[in-house]
Amino acid sequence: MSALLEVDSLVRHYPVRIPGGLFGQPATLRAVDGVSFAVSPGKTLGLVGESGCGKSTTAKLVLGLLPPTAGAVRFEGGHVPARRNAEWRALRQRMQMVYQDPLGALDRRLPVVAQVMEPLTVFKIGTPAERREKARDLMAAVGLTPHLFERFPHELSGGQRQRVVLARALILEPSLLVCDEPISALDVSIQAQVINLLLDLQDRFGVAFLFISHDLKVVRQVSHEVAVMYLGRIVEQGEPEKLFHEPAHPYTKALVSAIPSPWRQEGYERIVLQGDPPNPVQVPSGCAFHPRCAYATAACREVRPVLADIGDGRKAACHLLSPIASA
Amino acid sequence: MLRYIASRGLRALITIFLVLSFAFVILRLSGDPALLILSPDAPPEALEAFRKGWGLDAPLWRQYLGYFLNIAEGNFGQSMRDGRPAIDLVLERIPATLAITLPAFALKLLIGVPAGIFAALHRNSLIDRLVMSLSVAGYTIPSFVLGLVLVLVFAVNLGWLPSGGYTSPWHAVLPIVTLGLGGAAILARFTRSAMLEVLGQPYIRTASAKGLIWRRVVTSHALPNAAIPTVTIIGFMVGSLIAGAVVVESVFSWPGVGRLLVSAVANRDLAVVQAILLLVAACMVTSNLVVDALYGWIDPRLRSGRTVKAGG
Amino acid sequence: MSTLDFVGLQPGAATVRGFAPAVAKPIAAQGSGDALVRIAGLTVAFDDGKRHVPVLHGIDLEIRRGETIGIVGESGCGKSVTWLAALRLLGKRARIGGTVSLDGQPMHDFSDAAMARIRGKQIAMIFQDPASSLNPVHRIGRQLAESISLHRGLTGQAARAEALRLLDRVHIPNPGQRLSAYPHELSGGMNQRVMIAMALAGEPDLLVADEPTTALDATIQAQILDLLREIRQDSGMALALISHDLGVIADICDRVMVMYAGRVVEAADSRALFATPGHPYTQGLLAALPDLDAPHRRLEAIAGTVPEPGKLPGGCSFRLRCPHADADCAAEVPGLGHIDKAHQVACLKADSL
Repeated sequence: MSALLEVDSLVRHYPVRIPGGLFGQPATLRAVDGVSFAVSPGKTLGLVGESGCGKSTTAKLVLGLLPPTAGAVRFEGGHVPARRNAEWRALRQRMQMVYQDPLGALDRRLPVVAQVMEPLTVFKIGTPAERREKARDLMAAVGLTPHLFERFPHELSGGQRQRVVLARALILEPSLLVCDEPISALDVSIQAQVINLLLDLQDRFGVAFLFISHDLKVVRQVSHEVAVMYLGRIVEQGEPEKLFHEPAHPYTKALVSAIPSPWRQEGYERIVLQGDPPNPVQVPSGCAFHPRCAYATAACREVRPVLADIGDGRKAACHLLSPIASA
Repeated sequence: MLRYIASRGLRALITIFLVLSFAFVILRLSGDPALLILSPDAPPEALEAFRKGWGLDAPLWRQYLGYFLNIAEGNFGQSMRDGRPAIDLVLERIPATLAITLPAFALKLLIGVPAGIFAALHRNSLIDRLVMSLSVAGYTIPSFVLGLVLVLVFAVNLGWLPSGGYTSPWHAVLPIVTLGLGGAAILARFTRSAMLEVLGQPYIRTASAKGLIWRRVVTSHALPNAAIPTVTIIGFMVGSLIAGAVVVESVFSWPGVGRLLVSAVANRDLAVVQAILLLVAACMVTSNLVVDALYGWIDPRLRSGRTVKAGG
Repeated sequence: MSTLDFVGLQPGAATVRGFAPAVAKPIAAQGSGDALVRIAGLTVAFDDGKRHVPVLHGIDLEIRRGETIGIVGESGCGKSVTWLAALRLLGKRARIGGTVSLDGQPMHDFSDAAMARIRGKQIAMIFQDPASSLNPVHRIGRQLAESISLHRGLTGQAARAEALRLLDRVHIPNPGQRLSAYPHELSGGMNQRVMIAMALAGEPDLLVADEPTTALDATIQAQILDLLREIRQDSGMALALISHDLGVIADICDRVMVMYAGRVVEAADSRALFATPGHPYTQGLLAALPDLDAPHRRLEAIAGTVPEPGKLPGGCSFRLRCPHADADCAAEVPGLGHIDKAHQVACLKADSL
């Protein structure tokens, strides 16, 4: 199956100034530093990593909200324009987004049903009656009961608002939904509702997700494939079951072991990484993870590992897993 | 840092330039000084000679260019009424203005800031409501109305104070109070909302949780943070020390810069109006620079500017 | 709850009324009677100008010296309010009832000044968002020194030395440099370490940690949890950990209380609670939580949403979302009952589940 979304060597750098000298030193913040992946139609790619790893910047680049410094995003065979022209707007029919804060994404002055309908009005699809009909159908599909349709966003709970946002995102029948931490602001019991809803919606509408989250448990629950990011690069990629049960990359290992769980076995040893992730302005040489890695060798300090096949359908960027000769 | 100062200085100059250009255009469009100063009945030759004498017959762009060239040389032009250098006319009025605006400024701070802090600390109490009602009254009543009311009460009815003029220090009292009360009302409101904002911040709760008594929480944690937004409005008040008393000076016949401005505008005394505007713009811009510098001093987050924090 | 209208006003002004209702029955802790902190029948209502909205409906709990207790629940359940109320940090609009005693001394008798002496000295508290919990305009060193001089009477060089020791204690690299840093110059994890160092300045008997790792990344969270565990072991300090994250609670707590809509619905030893949850809400929370290690399964979500404070259904607050509820559940609010020696559940159906 050919890919719905293809991201090729995507780079996004920001010029910044760091302290030093009279006016500060010019430097480069490497938010996204060479990221490639593909999303198949109707499938979910989970992009996971800690704050500052570049996952949200990647989402913005995919959506064409930011122009890339280098690299390309192809969606449904065409290039994603990075400028907000007619082509970009047309793309919005096929590629929608869902963010963490549903209240910020909704207009406080309009009843929610009007907001779900709005994309149809913008793209002049159907008659007003048909639009309303479709909005009501979709709102029912995301599990909102009719007495909520005419309410205003502040009259709904967090979970209900996120359902409204999902209904609005899906009304144009997009083929891809980019979700940036869509359930992080919700309570535990509501998170499960929305996770299940996302899976049901994917079954029903065949929509693909680029699902971005810091929460490994949630990413594993929804994804067909997972990519782990660290300092602007993908360090490991593969099927969630394999990746989370037998993480290959030392960073993934630490990340997985850091997740507290009520079901951890007795005597379970946690890998605790020292220090904070380095600043994306001062990315360490070689493997960006080497200063925090227990297994780092001299080569890790000098040569940057590339994301390479390590068998089992998995890829990792680590010298220990794919010796330098082959890289 | 040098670069920062240079860029701020340049922006300040641009602001002044824009103010002067705007004033130049508006004044040239709003009437012929020759007609106003000589009267419309004057013989056409006299009007013509007047215009020629003051360069008003030249094309507008040439007048504009000449005006800025003169300023660059330190020449602000002469008053069309008495031929004296405009800048001298303005400068000699400044002490009179400061004589009322400085005490009024002190009054604003002494009343406004404590009232605002007090109201915030006793939010929704009777005193808070009283302070806020007075504050609303204070800044919705125009200063000429307040001035006239004060004159009516203290000069006309009670006869305690003179109603206008400038022959004794007593004459300054009513203008000072009129100016001070209005400003205090604005400042109280600003201080209160800044303080309320700060009191809701998590670090205030931390300060309480670490065992500080409430008074210390307020003085060492709330006040320094609440000062940040309050400094803005205080800076604005400093900037208006020179020309913030136009209305009050007129009401009380106080011989300050404000009254000079009113009469100069009425007479289309271009050079004088422009000199005053230049002074006002310079004051505003300077006070803005000072406010920015103060910000950096109070708020360390601004001091480091847009640089990236070091990985910890 | 940080979301629940903390107005930050004079903490001492919170009204404490009444004494423990007769029904107060603290969680049985073996060898009780020597409880460090004992909360009985704690109620809190917020005055929103028109009416009093109750958010806590009678909380009973005990913490012994050196114990780690976890308080878990979703937003609005009252897990933070319990402790903010106990420390009188809720502001003027909070109406507080019930008793809180420290070492057998009822704290509602204390003056505001006496309360201030307890805060930080005997009971310290750290919060969710470390960056905004530190004063942005003061240097780290000054904020630390403030606590040190307050609780230990040290000033000048002695205070500085102690501040350095504390920063070192929480494993902050280059402590000398950090003293002159401002909070915005440090990462979230570093700021939380500073908060912990500040809390340790008074050598408290109890540290209340309110969602201390929620705003932090997973690997940093693991560091902070390790640090808390280490400090607790070294100092014998008791820890009350408030979290919405069952995993975090399971990680370091001896005993757990589950709260829902302003009440404790289950209390048990950590292991027992996660192995055999007794309350349908606890069971639901665990079923709704994805597990990284277990085989992939569809999550079982809890239906509906948490009721708003002041709009609770009659009877058991959870009954509208509960798969086991029947007419009996609407009749009365179930009290905490023992299903095992150290396991209490507030559910009428507890025995049949």
